[in-house]
Amino acid sequence: MNSIANIKTIAKRELGGYFSSPVAYVFMVIFLVLTGFFTFSMDGNFFQMGQASLDSFFKWHPWLYLFLVPCVGMRLWAEERRVGTIELLLTKPVTAWQAIVGKFLASWIFLGLSLALTFPVFITVNYLGSPDNGVIIASYLGSLLMAGTYLAISCMTSAMTRNQVVSFIISVVICLFLVLCGFPPVTGFLTRMDKPWVVDLVSSLSVMTHFQPFTTGMVDSRDVIFFLLIIGFALFTNGVIIRSHRAG
Amino acid sequence: MIKVENLSKAFGSKLAVNGVSFSVERGEVLGFLGPNGAGKSTTMRMITGFIPPSDGKISVGGFNMVADPIPAKRLIGYLPENAPVYIDMTVQGFLGFCAELSGLRGDDRKKAVNRVVEMCFLESVLYQSVDTLSKGYRHRTCFAQSIIHDPDVLVLDEPTDGLDPNQKHEIRGLIRRMGERKAIIFSTHILEEVEAVCSRAIIIDRGRVVASGTPQELKRRSELGGAVLLVASGVKGAQLTERLSSVPNARKTMIVKEENGKVWVRIFPKTDNRNGELARNVLVAANCWQVEELHTEEGRLDEVFRSITLPETANKGTK
Repeated sequence: MNSIANIKTIAKRELGGYFSSPVAYVFMVIFLVLTGFFTFSMDGNFFQMGQASLDSFFKWHPWLYLFLVPCVGMRLWAEERRVGTIELLLTKPVTAWQAIVGKFLASWIFLGLSLALTFPVFITVNYLGSPDNGVIIASYLGSLLMAGTYLAISCMTSAMTRNQVVSFIISVVICLFLVLCGFPPVTGFLTRMDKPWVVDLVSSLSVMTHFQPFTTGMVDSRDVIFFLLIIGFALFTNGVIIRSHRAG
Repeated sequence: MIKVENLSKAFGSKLAVNGVSFSVERGEVLGFLGPNGAGKSTTMRMITGFIPPSDGKISVGGFNMVADPIPAKRLIGYLPENAPVYIDMTVQGFLGFCAELSGLRGDDRKKAVNRVVEMCFLESVLYQSVDTLSKGYRHRTCFAQSIIHDPDVLVLDEPTDGLDPNQKHEIRGLIRRMGERKAIIFSTHILEEVEAVCSRAIIIDRGRVVASGTPQELKRRSELGGAVLLVASGVKGAQLTERLSSVPNARKTMIVKEENGKVWVRIFPKTDNRNGELARNVLVAANCWQVEELHTEEGRLDEVFRSITLPETANKGTK
């Protein structure tokens, strides 16, 4: 019970940290503006499709998160190391993993909140037509899991450096890799090699491949496990990195 | 309460701390002295469990810091170097957060925060964001955080660094008062602080303990310890030294300065001179001149510090 209380305390502080600075509001506004822009203005947009679905909304999420999630995650550990508060935090009677999970959960809740604030599109599509709300809910779930995956990677890269910019760039690169290996032009190129197993292997590493079923309303346990595994792995690595810094 | 045995820490091939052992009991204030980069902070970071030692054993209140860190950390209050604080929080929020992490919740938490706010004079900035505070207040906020759970052990890394003289005085008083019931380790560059606050001091240089003892014992190691300073008027320096060199148990005499017809002479004893024997002998030898001043010197800590940590230049400095 004690560890849950510690995680809660750390998560609460971290979440408070977002809202006591302009970061949270700037992030939310940009996120909402961009999702709106992509949904209603890009090629193949909401109105052109003439369907009561949010496909045009969700299909941009892997790309939007690519840049926005690392912004949320980059400060988590880099800032602690730069200011020196990490010394304060880790000499309190808490374990490193409690701190890691607490920080991760706080940021994930923050991303979930931002995602929840897109509810007007949900209302709009329900007002204009009668969409399959099950599909929409599954898509939201997939989107949240994908955001968590990007976030865990950002946490990990944030622990690598005390410079937030460096952390941001490394995390974008890793996430870009996870997106690209399921991106049709890339998989198309691999198909030409005529080795189907290579295509399968590479594209199964991609968040695109595992996010796509959610947008058709399919919540497959394998996709959920994929996201959770990456989150778990990234947070574990986060712990290893923090320990290695302290070991000198 | 704190027991450190044979503690070592290597960063790559560089040995930052090399075989340090000491122990601190309740009611003791241990001063940690040493030049910059001597390994003071590294030792403290190991004691508080921030970095694991490469070798050696640390036990705090009977708990092994490496094998059983959580109960050991519960007993410790720690003020890291440069007093880091979360700059996006208010003073109250920050202290509340630290109290919660130390296991204080609800009413206990409120009481603990009020107690340290009073002790560290933080009422006026309680609702202010930490990044708007002056350095002194920030420092005190971090100090308040270290005593929030009334720990048995306090580890303070340069607690008075960057404070003005009044604040230094306050913090020293606080440390001395708390030292009656707690085991305290603190590091400092300021030698007078050691004399004012510590019951015992350790000098660390290049990762090793090079001297330890009470401040008085350390001072006695000084070449000046036990020397007698005589100020006489109406006499030439050479005349005086000649006379004084025949004083029993005087090893050598040295003219410190000569001006306005007065001579300052320092007489060093042959052996340890504590009971004022040398001073009496000097007085007898000098009785035909007018003695203006005569006293036995205690020795100076900064001189001991220099002679221990900087052997080659120290000799030049004292001669």
